[in-house]
Amino acid sequence: MDKFGFTISKGRQIDWEANNREIVDFIIEREPSLKSCIECGGCSATCTTGNFTSFSLREIHILLKRGENEPVRDIIKHCMLCGKCSLVCPRGVNTRNVVFLARQAFKKYDSYAV
Amino acid sequence: MIVMQFDPFIIPFNLGLYFILIYVVTRSIIWFRELSRPDKLRLQRGFFGKPFAQSLKEIFLESLIHRKILKTNLRLGYMHMSLAFGWFLLILLGTIEADIFGEKHLNAPYKAIFFKFFNPDHGKTPFEAGYSFMMDLILAFILSGLLLAVIKRFTSKAVGMKKTTRLKRLDKVALASLWLIFPSRLIAESLTSGAYTTGSFLTGTLGSWFATFLPAKEVAYPFWWLYSLSLGTFFVLLPLTRYLHIPTELFLIFMRNSGIRTGDKAGTYSEVEVHSCSSCGICIDRCQLSFSAGINNIQSTYLMKSIRNNEDTNDIAHNCLLCGRCDQACPVGIELSPIRMIVRRARESENKYTNTWNGYFRSKQSLPAPKPAAKPAYDFLPESNPEKADVLYFAGCMTHLTPSIKNAMVSILNASGLNWSFIDEKGGACCGRPLMLAGQDKEARELINFNSQIIWKSGAHTLVTSCPICYKVFKESYYLDVEVLHHTQFIKNLIDEGSVKMNFLNKRVTYHTPCELGRNSGVYDEPKEVLRHVASLEITGFDDENSLCCGGSLGNIMLSQANKRKIATDVATELTKQSPDYLVTACPLCKKTLAPVSKSKVADISEIVAEAIVTPAYTKKNSQQRKKKSRVSAGIT
Repeated sequence: MDKFGFTISKGRQIDWEANNREIVDFIIEREPSLKSCIECGGCSATCTTGNFTSFSLREIHILLKRGENEPVRDIIKHCMLCGKCSLVCPRGVNTRNVVFLARQAFKKYDSYAV
Repeated sequence: MIVMQFDPFIIPFNLGLYFILIYVVTRSIIWFRELSRPDKLRLQRGFFGKPFAQSLKEIFLESLIHRKILKTNLRLGYMHMSLAFGWFLLILLGTIEADIFGEKHLNAPYKAIFFKFFNPDHGKTPFEAGYSFMMDLILAFILSGLLLAVIKRFTSKAVGMKKTTRLKRLDKVALASLWLIFPSRLIAESLTSGAYTTGSFLTGTLGSWFATFLPAKEVAYPFWWLYSLSLGTFFVLLPLTRYLHIPTELFLIFMRNSGIRTGDKAGTYSEVEVHSCSSCGICIDRCQLSFSAGINNIQSTYLMKSIRNNEDTNDIAHNCLLCGRCDQACPVGIELSPIRMIVRRARESENKYTNTWNGYFRSKQSLPAPKPAAKPAYDFLPESNPEKADVLYFAGCMTHLTPSIKNAMVSILNASGLNWSFIDEKGGACCGRPLMLAGQDKEARELINFNSQIIWKSGAHTLVTSCPICYKVFKESYYLDVEVLHHTQFIKNLIDEGSVKMNFLNKRVTYHTPCELGRNSGVYDEPKEVLRHVASLEITGFDDENSLCCGGSLGNIMLSQANKRKIATDVATELTKQSPDYLVTACPLCKKTLAPVSKSKVADISEIVAEAIVTPAYTKKNSQQRKKKSRVSAGIT
């Protein structure tokens, strides 16, 4: 117990150098409405997949915008594309297409790995 | 004395003709070989049976007369008919003419086509003159259609169309050669007639006028060359352009009448369909994305063109409401939406044939191959343990978003007195249709399996859903041993059995047919009968097959909210012209889309019915019973 039970926690700041905005750029180029997202979380609140898991489209948007793509890669496949999120969005973001494009983007930039 | 009738100018025509004949035969052999075994058998059976006669009739009515186009648009139909039927008559009667009046029977094709050149003296006796008159009449018939075609190319409104199709370069060359064929024939025949003072009202008159100031015989010769050249060019370019539809449509009709359908994979039939599109552009005028949202590059004719040219079809394929309005209107009967779905299911298509010459013989199929399998995506879905019930109610995602419909359905089901259960009361999985619409069938299959298990385990015999999107997928893609009913059909049954009493509401309503329920599933009558039972239903002019899409369709993944709203506004305006008390629909998504833009109140059919249900007189006892019943059936104990 040379650290007396304490550890030095990992840095929590966003490292823009390490992050990769390829995916979000791909999406925004084809679905510019994503830019107007205010991260209200309406999409997460109504989500069908959210009934079963902790899946949150709001979280996914934030992670993608930060360029932290890795946690999104597998999670994004959980969406059922039912489209409720795009109906409740107060900003008119075509969230269904965002997920659809994100899946395409991950397939396209498959070589990208951390 | 029999003279060998030959002139070098016929060479281009002959080359073109024999090329296209050999090409069509080879291509059809390839297509036949690529057919699946069952389809081959269907075609063989069809060839020696009743479908053969049917096909011949259809070929005459559709490929020559163009009956369906005539019905949709008289001027456009006349244009197509005069060119197709007129040309056919010209060839047929020309062959007979050459046979009767030529120097011998059974001539080579060029003798009929260039009859006048080889028999300039023809037309002196009254019988011959009569025949010439007929030939002139046919030529005039074709030329009148051609005139319309030329005008259409520059102002499409002239033939009663808002938009006409855009062309690629080779199409333009082929079009120019097609346009040149008949005027050059007219001038060549007229000049020859002028030189020999033969010909009838058209060629004769024009010819004698030419002869007044031209050395007719000498000038005629280059025009015969032009006539032959334009025919030859047209034949050679035909396989590379949209004009391939002329021979392929015949195959399409035979195949369709033999019982072959598009299916969900690319194959010979879909390939033949793609090549049978004549780019008439009727689908453009039917498309709401065109007339409401101003999007004019994604219509089915452009999809067919992109597939033919092996261009990237990804954006075109996904930017579509899949409302099925174009399928309904296509005069060739191409299954446009199924083809679009094939493209969506396939991987992003790549541009494979950059070389023009590869266009003559594509390797196997120009529609892309389906995606490979991936690992499961929805393995988080829990093991299900539904309660036993006779009737299941599946609300679906969209109904959960419109709780008034859900509540109305619960009260209707309670009033029915059936032993029912609400399978996704606390929010279930999606039905799988939205994934299918996005082309992700593999993932959809996982959700289908999940929902199927719940339905199997419950032991129910009927499944009711209040969402047409769910209804379509339950009906078509689930392999279930239960009766699948849309709530309109279910309510119709309740009314017919007399198990639920309803008041007649003193309300005027109009009905909006949801695409997934109407055109895509063929349920038109039940909703209207239910509505007539409880309210006075008014006709809108957009009923049944001609119904509009609300714009909110999950079929279109790319459409922006603004454009969706434009479409919804147009639809709501059309359907509330008589200012009804309610604009009634039978789909939660349609309700959600139309509600914000409609002048009249928008309601689901179940809400109207729930309002109309006669509730038994209130007593404390039956109120408690009813409460208990609903709690039990809803699974809250």
